[in-house]
Amino acid sequence: MMKCKQATRLMSLALDRPLTRSERLSLRFHLAICGACRRCERQFTLLHRVGERYRPGDDHDTR
Amino acid sequence: MTAHSDPADHEFPDKERPHEERSDEERRQRLAAVRPRLVSFALMHLRDRTQAEDAVQEALAAALEKNASFRGRSGYETWVFGILKHKILDLMRAQQRQGRWTPLEDEDTDDAVDRQFHRDGHWNLEARPRSWGEPEATFESERFWRVFDACMIALPEHLARVFSLRELMGLSTDEICRTVGIGESNCWVMLHRARLRLRACLERGWLEEDTP
Repeated sequence: MMKCKQATRLMSLALDRPLTRSERLSLRFHLAICGACRRCERQFTLLHRVGERYRPGDDHDTR
Repeated sequence: MTAHSDPADHEFPDKERPHEERSDEERRQRLAAVRPRLVSFALMHLRDRTQAEDAVQEALAAALEKNASFRGRSGYETWVFGILKHKILDLMRAQQRQGRWTPLEDEDTDDAVDRQFHRDGHWNLEARPRSWGEPEATFESERFWRVFDACMIALPEHLARVFSLRELMGLSTDEICRTVGIGESNCWVMLHRARLRLRACLERGWLEEDTP
């Protein structure tokens, strides 16, 4: 089973490129059972939005 | 966003000018107001105050020269930021040609990242992520941004630059590779490390100050 460190690698990757089907499934399965990783994912997503502060009027894309 | 689009794309046609014409003085004031954010943005990428100030100065001069006309404040700021982005990317490409960017070695490890996990790959108890509250409230907190700036400065240079290009400038990892001449998988590893370091640093600096 996937460990937290590997899960953080996939959640980071998901912000930079689309995950493969198997990556997506194993990440989703891990997140379903791990609250710490769910919080980490929310933190990564927040970090992904920091550019809004510097890009006035920008549509913040996700990829 | 389209990071590589020409800033001139955002210009409005000249025929709209009569209603929107700005006096030189007004444009100067608007540029002065946006300047601190331009400097802070340039600093995140270049990590050198002199270079950052110079890049902003050049961008402002170019903005004044072009004498463009815009509807609304955000269109104008976006356009000025666009000019600055091009200046920054030029400087970074020059740095890359001077060999100031070195790719990560595969066997490189990152202690600050490894410390967050047990050897078995689970979170270390003290590093386990906690809730940061509502994102909107977080973004409105001035203290969050102070801690964020401090954490960015604390990041190792190569991680900070890749993170800035990806998350502040909004380039794709493919565009980052071409700009700084590193492989894409290297880029993903660096972004993963930068995000883990930043989240740990933010959690320490931001949440812990919060507890009464």
